[in-house]
Amino acid sequence: MRFDDILKRREKAVKTRWLNLTLDTYPADSSGFLKNQKNQFLNPVGNTISREIGVLYRSFLTETDPETIANSLDSIIRIRSVQEFSPSQATGFILLLKRAVREELADEIRSADCFDELQRFELKVDEMALAGFDAYARCRERLFEVKLNELRRQTSISLARYNRTGQQSEQLNDS
Amino acid sequence: MSETPTPEELVKVDYKPPRKAWMDSKPEMRRGVINWSAVPKNVEYLDLPFPRKWQPTDDDWKLPENWKEIILEGMRDRLKRFRTFQIFMDICVRCGACADKCHFFIGSGDPKNMPVLRAELLRAVYRREFNLAGKLMGRMAGARELTVPVLKEWFYYFFQCTECRRCSVFCPYGIDTAEITMMARELMNLIGVSIDWIVTPAANCFRTGNHLGIQPHGFQDSVNFAIDDLEDITGIRVDAPVNRKGAEILFVVPSADYFADPHYYGFLGYMALFHEIGLDYTFSSFASEGGNFGLFHSNEMMKRLNSKIYMEAKRLGVRWILGGECGHMWRVLNQYMDTMNGPADFLEVPKSPLTGTVFENAKSTRMVHICEFTADLIKHDKLKLDKSRNDRWRVTFHDSCNPARAMGILEEPRYIINNVCNNFFEMPEGTTREQTFCCGAGAGLGTEENMEMRMRGGLPRANAVKYVHDKYDVNLLTCMCAIDKAVLPALMDYWVPGVQIGSVHELVGNALIMKGEKKRSNDLRGEPIPGKEAAEDV
Amino acid sequence: MNALFSLVAVVVLMLLALFGTYGAGLQYLFGVIIPYIAIVTFLVGFVLRVVRWARSPVPFRIPTTCGQQKSLPWIKHHELENPSNGFSAFLRMALEILFFRSLFRNTKADLKSGPKLVYGSNKWLWLGGLVFHWSLLVVFIRHFRFFTEPVPFGINLLEELDSFFQVGLPIIYITDILLLGALTYLVGRRLLDARLRYISLNADYFPLFLILGIGCTGAWMRYFAKVDIVGVKQLSLGLFNLHPVVPEGIGAFFYIHLFLVSVLIAYFPFSKLMHMGGIFLSPTRNLANNNRVKRHVNPWNPVVKIHTYEEYEDEFREVMKEAGMPLEKE
Repeated sequence: MRFDDILKRREKAVKTRWLNLTLDTYPADSSGFLKNQKNQFLNPVGNTISREIGVLYRSFLTETDPETIANSLDSIIRIRSVQEFSPSQATGFILLLKRAVREELADEIRSADCFDELQRFELKVDEMALAGFDAYARCRERLFEVKLNELRRQTSISLARYNRTGQQSEQLNDS
Repeated sequence: MSETPTPEELVKVDYKPPRKAWMDSKPEMRRGVINWSAVPKNVEYLDLPFPRKWQPTDDDWKLPENWKEIILEGMRDRLKRFRTFQIFMDICVRCGACADKCHFFIGSGDPKNMPVLRAELLRAVYRREFNLAGKLMGRMAGARELTVPVLKEWFYYFFQCTECRRCSVFCPYGIDTAEITMMARELMNLIGVSIDWIVTPAANCFRTGNHLGIQPHGFQDSVNFAIDDLEDITGIRVDAPVNRKGAEILFVVPSADYFADPHYYGFLGYMALFHEIGLDYTFSSFASEGGNFGLFHSNEMMKRLNSKIYMEAKRLGVRWILGGECGHMWRVLNQYMDTMNGPADFLEVPKSPLTGTVFENAKSTRMVHICEFTADLIKHDKLKLDKSRNDRWRVTFHDSCNPARAMGILEEPRYIINNVCNNFFEMPEGTTREQTFCCGAGAGLGTEENMEMRMRGGLPRANAVKYVHDKYDVNLLTCMCAIDKAVLPALMDYWVPGVQIGSVHELVGNALIMKGEKKRSNDLRGEPIPGKEAAEDV
Repeated sequence: MNALFSLVAVVVLMLLALFGTYGAGLQYLFGVIIPYIAIVTFLVGFVLRVVRWARSPVPFRIPTTCGQQKSLPWIKHHELENPSNGFSAFLRMALEILFFRSLFRNTKADLKSGPKLVYGSNKWLWLGGLVFHWSLLVVFIRHFRFFTEPVPFGINLLEELDSFFQVGLPIIYITDILLLGALTYLVGRRLLDARLRYISLNADYFPLFLILGIGCTGAWMRYFAKVDIVGVKQLSLGLFNLHPVVPEGIGAFFYIHLFLVSVLIAYFPFSKLMHMGGIFLSPTRNLANNNRVKRHVNPWNPVVKIHTYEEYEDEFREVMKEAGMPLEKE
């Protein structure tokens, strides 16, 4: 349990590092804005990531229901899956937690000699990363559904007209 | 721990983007982010230069031999014709006030989406060619040469600006990126670099009078269908004349109103309203488009497409013109139409036939916004309204960019909405009125192929909607802009499922108690009004 | 990089003045000729630039509206944010120019989740800019005591107000402190904020360092180095009255100060500093939003190819007839 204690005690530092590593995946010239503008409406990207990373982090400390975790992952990945990232980049932020832990807690882990627990923790992070990839795939699928729905909407009124009269209006052929 | 691979080794990922000066980084022309080029057929139809087959993803854009001279000459010419351009090139101090005001910057984190940098793309070339220090000192003075990669960067970023003017609100000098984007697009047009979703609607509009290319009989059909639909819902068969001479008012709407979902329900709303108040009006199948994609192309194209409105008003002999719900359409009508195609001295100063209100604010243009008109009717108690028919909606209102920042029609729609529904909730301050966030797909960018970019650009808007959706269960986002109504459904579909889009006049049409109507069990969407039947059975 | 280059440029200029006067003895060049050249450059350059701006017409009336339009009489109209006539537009401009109203707008944001300081940072730009510009103006006006004899009442009064706190010997001017403080802030934010560093050019750093150099040498002369005030006044009065004289024994700092000022004013018309003139001409701010009331004329309103109803009917007459639509020609 010693590792968990460290994780709990150093929550703020590790979380902040994880958040900063994640926001650093944005161009340096923008990440300052993403980190500093705290108004959730003027900076939805930074604030969503910061809020949800907090939720995800706490899921390692206390029992959290899987849906909450899935929602958190979805909130972040929904944003990153339409930004200028490859799939691995969009989901890779989850694995950055490992790095944050190692960098922030290296000494404590060494002196407490809790490598087994660390490994178990890292396994959980890996699982979360896989769940993140699911979320990514869902978001991309959604994106294509959105396109499809838009197409449907564009034609729905004329389809209704067609169904009513049984004859397609000429302009559809024409344009 | 050293034998365990680091996470970076496990997944080969560039966690941290490289740090480069802005002149050194290049955008990637990627599907999902960019728009397709203009189809040669339509470029030709409009007599625009250099029609050809090319795509932004190609290496070779098949530019004309002397493309650079053409652009520089075009710049010289426009610096002389537009004080805005000349001044905005000269006076920016790069204070950074605009930097985080752009929805594309906020949603993408791409630093070149900061309005100041978008403008610097043009300014750097301006310095190189029209400024002594820039000529002599080059990059040291912030100048750079116009090359093909620079042109591609222009294409990428100037077709990634929705001309929403939000940055201009915060600029201490009023530098308007919309104006700069318009100049850049005009310049690119000169060498045949434009996008299909601007040129094709413009060509359609030139020929048939509307962006969708609907021919006169198609327009007549659309109106006839609407009459049928409205009869199904209300039991009343309204009269909606097309091309009728001698009517008092010409009514001009964006074409999506009679052809797309959810615009159409607002269209039914207009027709119900006009019938109820007995308005003497006509549609025109030629002026069957109030919107104007010329605004997104060039001032000349805007003028060409806009000319039909006054021409039709004159031909049909109406007294004044009424305009439907549309955003950029009203930017053109408010800021350009009279200058371009006026004076409208053959019309009369608009006067509401029901209330006698003279619309002094449209004394010269002689065109009134439907929300001004309806607000005046409600204020004078000319309408019988049943708010409860909109009870299934929990409503918020999105200020569209152009009505907000190029006109200032903020209170009229709110007054109407508050009179036709019971549940209205404002989005948070800083995201509405003059600070409203763009839908992310205006100015010709509302296409299927750049969906990812649209989702990024629309995030700030969607995020504010999500807030009222979570907090107040808002399920209807109303707006008075045809582009909004076309693109916000997709935005909501992705970011805030469960929120639908509606017109202000859809709510008016729902609430309007019409003389002789049948029991209204369905709303204008043809969907049942919850609880209505039971309540009226008593 | 840009910042460093600009800093070096300013230091080089300072050394140039130092060696030019005390090394090479070119007091007349630095004290008279260069200032005159600078003033002429400024005047000619400024006028030419403004003329160039003014020669470009304003084809369209495109104010950015930031409030409710004037429409129906019972709807409250926001006169300043959405001026309905020239006078209101003038007031809007005045607030913009005197108080940087648009920058102030930055401050609004009270739905917070973090520390308040962040919102402050937006307000800081407004405050820093305002303090800088106003202080610079006061300092500029104060300098007229060097150019006038007797010193007008207004300038004496301004000086007294400016040294209101009566601290230090010589008494410290409030605006000196404010000016240098605000400048330090303006330089600092460009250097420390990644976003601003990204957008900043030499042309942004250079004038800041130049003015900082001017401010520092000025303050140094007043508070620390004792320059020969009588000599300085003799020289400046001479310059002003077009009877230039170069008295002996004015300290080196004065020439550095004067040279930097000369560079600044000569540089002015070719730089972003012209925002001082440009702000008055910005069409999105200085026009009323009364397009629908009064027709705005575009002097070059182009003749464009349009599509007439007749052409339209010619193309679609058959289908229109079939649909029973009214026609001009059967």
